[in-house]
Amino acid sequence: MLLTIKYFGQIAEVTQKEEETLECSAKNISELLALLYSKYEGLKIKDFQVAQNQELVSESTEITGAEIALLPPFAGG
Amino acid sequence: MKDKKPKNVFRDGAISSDFIGNSIYKHQTKTSIGAHNIFLGQVRADDIDGKTVAAIEYTAYEDMANQKFHDIRESAFEKFDLTCMHIYHSLGTVKAGEICLFVFVSSPRRKVVFEALEYIVEAIKADVPVFGKEIFEDDTHQWKQNN
Repeated sequence: MLLTIKYFGQIAEVTQKEEETLECSAKNISELLALLYSKYEGLKIKDFQVAQNQELVSESTEITGAEIALLPPFAGG
Repeated sequence: MKDKKPKNVFRDGAISSDFIGNSIYKHQTKTSIGAHNIFLGQVRADDIDGKTVAAIEYTAYEDMANQKFHDIRESAFEKFDLTCMHIYHSLGTVKAGEICLFVFVSSPRRKVVFEALEYIVEAIKADVPVFGKEIFEDDTHQWKQNN
């Protein structure tokens, strides 16, 4: 599946990019994260949540969407 | 007034006192209102390990954030008897002492606006994907985190 992955804030500092497109066979978020951890080792020590199609999801959530985002702690207001 | 589609809550840079004052002025024609309540978030010059925060640079997952602001708005209208409500949040650089969040609620009666404003501000802090880079006076930085 072709996925667009978005990175924000301190997560984008680790990946050195704000967005990328990945062709990957990950079935759930946990498998996708394993792939991203091998690509960007620095992510392992970072605190973040994952959104799929703009909704927060858990690691066991099946990948259905085209847009995944890695969101560091919120700091609005 | 309910909106069906999410509006863009974000403004480039600090929210000026002129903009805030003008916003209040525009409500003088809405004479069913008996009480307004306003929250202004201001960038604080925190001292951290001997360094002072000079500014915060805000970024956001804008589509998701605008949807979350919209959801908060809908839920506030359901919970409270509000006549109207406005939210503006900064993106980009906001210097210490400048305003980065403006929430404005109005209702016929006062008790409602106190409760509604707190509910809305707390929901914004917890649920909206906005990120803040605290820039120190020596140009180093750290990432802000709501608690």
